[in-house]
Amino acid sequence: MTAVVEQRMAEPVNESVTKGSLRIDDVVKIYDPDGAAVMAVDHCSIDIPAGEICMIVGPSGCGKTTLLNAIAGFHDITSGSIHMDGELLCGPGQMQAEPGSDRIVVFQNGALFPWKTNLDNIAFGPMMAGKLSKSEIYEKARTMMADAGLSGTENNYPGEISSGLRRRVEIVRALMNDPKVLLFDEPYRALDSLTKSVMHEALLEIYYRNKVTIFFITHDLEEAIFLGHRLIIMSSRPCKPKKIVEVDIPHPRDYSVLTSARFREIMSEAKGVVHEEAQKAFDAGEKEG
Amino acid sequence: MANSSEVADSAVSMAAPQSTEISSMSLTMYRVSNWLKSPRPYLMVIGFAAVLSFWYFAVEVWKLPRFQDMPGLTEVFSEWFSKDPYYGLSVYTPEYYKHIGISLRRIGFAFLLATGLGVPLGLFLGWSKTFREYVFPLFELFRPIPVLAWVPLAIIMFVGSETPVVFLTFLASFFATTLNTMLGVESIDESYSRAARCLGANRWQTFKHVVVPGAMPYIFTGLQISIGVAWFSLVAGEMVSGQFGLGYVINTSYMMIEYPKIIIGMITLGIVGYSTSAMVRLLGDYLMQWRVRELALGDS
Repeated sequence: MTAVVEQRMAEPVNESVTKGSLRIDDVVKIYDPDGAAVMAVDHCSIDIPAGEICMIVGPSGCGKTTLLNAIAGFHDITSGSIHMDGELLCGPGQMQAEPGSDRIVVFQNGALFPWKTNLDNIAFGPMMAGKLSKSEIYEKARTMMADAGLSGTENNYPGEISSGLRRRVEIVRALMNDPKVLLFDEPYRALDSLTKSVMHEALLEIYYRNKVTIFFITHDLEEAIFLGHRLIIMSSRPCKPKKIVEVDIPHPRDYSVLTSARFREIMSEAKGVVHEEAQKAFDAGEKEG
Repeated sequence: MANSSEVADSAVSMAAPQSTEISSMSLTMYRVSNWLKSPRPYLMVIGFAAVLSFWYFAVEVWKLPRFQDMPGLTEVFSEWFSKDPYYGLSVYTPEYYKHIGISLRRIGFAFLLATGLGVPLGLFLGWSKTFREYVFPLFELFRPIPVLAWVPLAIIMFVGSETPVVFLTFLASFFATTLNTMLGVESIDESYSRAARCLGANRWQTFKHVVVPGAMPYIFTGLQISIGVAWFSLVAGEMVSGQFGLGYVINTSYMMIEYPKIIIGMITLGIVGYSTSAMVRLLGDYLMQWRVRELALGDS
């Protein structure tokens, strides 16, 4: 059984981005915690062209994070395969991908190391890789912090700055490694809507400057439409693509988009599907997973 | 676009904290001055006064039953601060400091040994599931055995009077430190090690940069408990085996019917014990600046 949705041809969205295409092919993930097999991801196929902002939308606990974890290499898949730029990440022969700095996760609750200063956090990846000298790394880190409006917080610890700034530090920490793909696991979930709107624009600015592919999990439709080239609306557990919504609002976008007629049209198109799935998930009494 | 990027800028400048460094010293001073302004020190004085006056009245004025053999407040304090103490132990006698010094030395050895062995053991227990399978059941079997039950074996196993006491003191500390360190490793949010692996850290780098600092708050909770139980077992050890030391003072004073010395020994234990745990806390604050600063923001 393959995904019912039609797949469009994978072509680079952003012409200059040639790396970071993801091909998720017929992936199944079955958890077997106590002998009772739970299917988290059901024959899921998604093609993400390089440079796309691909929004994975679905109700809480639908198994979206499972898919992200499989790409990141945090756990294995039961069957199917995931390729990045044509190279196998996981699939037959190697069911669990090796985590690496070409695919970096921005975590739901943030994973800046609270015991390292913001600067040390940002320098962490390159320091581990050990390819550049320490002074080169820190110079780059300072420059990137300045570009992201983080000057003055270099020697603060993450616990001392606002949660919005922490998210920005975390994204900069990821970008320091020149990743091909950024994997966002509902990173703005805990933020209030005003901070969120600021963060969305900041994220887009970062995206326009750094050519990466973005795989972004959310259950917030407004966020999804505002940021994404494409929405992949997932069915609730087991998780599989149910409907793909193209967001044909041209980039670069700013917050005026939110009040445009096209935005509202896309919103109403997507909302019906999402609501139906949310209702199903609610009825099934699924917990966060 | 211009409008909203202004919003972004002002959000940044509002949220960006001052880059002034908060040193642990200035933070301590700040806390002390806040403490003096609050009602807490006065309540503390009232608490002390209540206990001391009960002691004074019960023993020396009302002469309550079962209290008549207790050394009185005035007797103890005049002995403690006497230049020519009747029982030979006061703040003016070198012997007093010798007892404190020897107890402290034993605590120091035992605590360092317990920390030096317990922290690495706890880290590996929390980190490696396989290692844990081997060691933890054994550990759990030994842990509930009270220190006092070890006394005979300690005297048989170790030569002299010094090593058994240090061993007994070490034991309880070691278990407290190891267990808390292990819990500390378990408490670390999985996201941190996942993030480290994403960013290219290998297993050893993850251990060094995530596991050790992540467990640090629990380790220091463990060390606080450890130094407390160290004093507990030290006194037990000194009462049974050993010469000199505050536990020895208390025990021999009882034998020799020099009752005021018992109380002097006890109060001294309280003061010295409190000082050592305060030192452990200060060391923790020094090593975990990130935590101190987070908590400082929480306070204000």
